[in-house]
Amino acid sequence: MEYIFIIIGAIFVNNIVLAQFLGICPYMGVSAKVSSSIGMSGAVMFVMTLATIVTYLIYNFILIPLDITFLQTISYILVISSLVQMVEIILKKVSPALYQALGIFLPLMTTNCAILGVTLLAVQNEFHLIQGAVFAISHAIGFGLAIILFAGIREQLDLVNMPKGMRGAPAALVVAGILALAFMGFAGLV
Amino acid sequence: MNKIEILKKGIIKDNPVFVLLLGLCPVLGVTTSAFNGFGMGMATTFVLFMSNFVVSIIKDFIPAKVRIPSFIVVIASFVTITELVMEAFLPDLFDALGLFIPLIVVNCLILGRSEAFASKNDTFSAVTDGLAMGIGFTLALTALGGFREILGSYSLFGYSFIEGDGMLVFVLAPGAFIGLGYLTAIFLKIIGER
Amino acid sequence: MAKKESTFSNMVLTLFLITACAALALAMVYNVTKGPIERGKIERRQAAISLVVPEFDTLVTEKFMPPEAADSLDFNFAYKNGELVGIAVQTFTNQGFSGYISAMVGFYPDKRIYDVVSLEHAETPGLGDKIEKDKSDWSDQFRDFDPTEKQLRLKSNRGDVDGITAATITAEAYCDAIDRAYKTLEENLEERHLSMEE
Repeated sequence: MEYIFIIIGAIFVNNIVLAQFLGICPYMGVSAKVSSSIGMSGAVMFVMTLATIVTYLIYNFILIPLDITFLQTISYILVISSLVQMVEIILKKVSPALYQALGIFLPLMTTNCAILGVTLLAVQNEFHLIQGAVFAISHAIGFGLAIILFAGIREQLDLVNMPKGMRGAPAALVVAGILALAFMGFAGLV
Repeated sequence: MNKIEILKKGIIKDNPVFVLLLGLCPVLGVTTSAFNGFGMGMATTFVLFMSNFVVSIIKDFIPAKVRIPSFIVVIASFVTITELVMEAFLPDLFDALGLFIPLIVVNCLILGRSEAFASKNDTFSAVTDGLAMGIGFTLALTALGGFREILGSYSLFGYSFIEGDGMLVFVLAPGAFIGLGYLTAIFLKIIGER
Repeated sequence: MAKKESTFSNMVLTLFLITACAALALAMVYNVTKGPIERGKIERRQAAISLVVPEFDTLVTEKFMPPEAADSLDFNFAYKNGELVGIAVQTFTNQGFSGYISAMVGFYPDKRIYDVVSLEHAETPGLGDKIEKDKSDWSDQFRDFDPTEKQLRLKSNRGDVDGITAATITAEAYCDAIDRAYKTLEENLEERHLSMEE
C-alpha cells in the first residue's frame, strides 16, 4: 500500500522538476521538441533507477560500515558518471539506432541534478532497496511527464506572436511556472 | 583575453543564469530569500574559483578520456569541503540550503567552466573566469531571491517592511519560475540583447 | 589540451591519484570540522530541551523504543535537586507532507505536556511551517495538554487538537509525532525515574 504513496508522491505531489527544482537544466534545454523530450525521459529513467540501486548498496555496505559517509557526494557522482559512460558504451553496441537518437543527451546525464538528487533523497528517506527502486522509477516518470507536457506547450508557443523581449527562455520559464502552479493542485493527495 | 574582458563577460555579457541558462536548479530552489540566494552564490563561487584553480594546474597531467570524471572528483571534493565547513560554522545557512549544497557538484555551470575554460587556459585567467562567473551567478541568485522575498514575504534580507504574510506563490515553486522568467527578460533588455 | 596519452594505465593511474588526493584532503577537513559539527548539534538539542521542560540542573538521557518500533527515541530526564521536573522526548514522524519531521516534546512527570518545539522539517513555507514556534502560535495549544484525558489527533479526526488551515497533513503528522512520544513515555516511565539515584 505504501508503494502507491511513493509512486503518486513522486510523480505528482513532489514532482522532481516542478516541485523540487531538480533537473531544470535538461528540462529547459531539451524541451523544445516533444521527440527529444521523450528520448531524454527514457535515458533518465534508465540511469536514475540503476544509480539509485547502486548508490544504495554502496552507502549501506561500504560507506556506513567504514564510517566514511563524508565521501558520499564523491562516490555517488563517480557512480553516476561511470554508469553514464557504461550505458553509452553498451547502447552503442546493442542498439546503435537508439544511441544515435539520444545523441548528446546521454553524456548530459552526468550533470542532471535530478539523478544525484534522487539518489540522495532515497537515502534521506531511509528507503530499503525495493522502495528505493520504485522511488527512482516514479521520479523518472514524473520527470518525463513534466518535460513532455512542457515540450508540447513550447512547440505551440513557437508558432505564436509574442513580444520580442519574452521570446525563448523568458516565456518558457513563465510557462513552467504555470505548470508548477497546476501541479500544486496535487498537494494533499497523499 | 585580458582579465577585465573576462570579468565583464562573466558578470554581464555571458551571465551564467540570465544568458547561458546554466546552473538553474539552485537558482530556482534556494532563492526563497535574498540571503539564501546570496549564501548559495558565495558557496558556488568558492567551488568555482577553487576548482578552476586546480583544474588549470593539473590540466596537462590528465589524459583526455578521463578528463570529465577527473574534473568531477575535483569539484566534488571542494563541494564536500564547503558542506562540512558550512555545517560546522554556518549551521543556519546550512539548514536553509539543505539538499542543494551537495548538488553544487552537478551545477552544470562549474563542470561547464572547467571543461570550456579552465582546462584550456592559464591559471590566472582561469581563476578570474571562476570569480567572474561566480559573481554573475551570485548577482542573479540574490536578485531573484530579493524579488521573491519582497513579493512573497514582504521583507528583504530579513527586514520586514510591511505588515502581513506576503504573496505565498512567490515563495513556492511557481513563483520561482515566473520570477526568473521576467527577470531574465528584463536583464536581457538592459544589456541590449533584445 | 592533455599532453598525456589516453592509455588504459594512464587513465586509471590519474583517476586513482586524483581521487586519493581528494579523499585525503576531505579526511583532513572532516577531522577539523567534526568537533564543531557535533558541538553545534548538541547545543541545538540542549536549547530545544530547555524550551520544553521546567528549569533543571541535571540531565539524564536514555533510549526507548516506541510501540511500533523502527527507531528509538531519546528521552532526556530533567532533574532539579534530585527530583524529576520534566522529560524531554526527541520524537519524529515520517508522515509529514514532505516526509520527515522531528520535534522535542516536554512532559511533566504526571505526563501532561509542558511544551513542544519542532526541530527538523521540510514542510511547505507559509503553510506547514506553522508548526514552528516563531511562525505561528499554533503549537501553543499543546501546553498543559493532558494526553491521559484527551486524544492526540486533529478535531477533524475525532481528536482534540485544532488543525492548521490548508495544512492538515502536516498538522496530523505533528500529532503523530507527539503521540508517539507520549505512548513511548507511558510504556517506559517507571518509579525509578522520579528521582535521581546516585
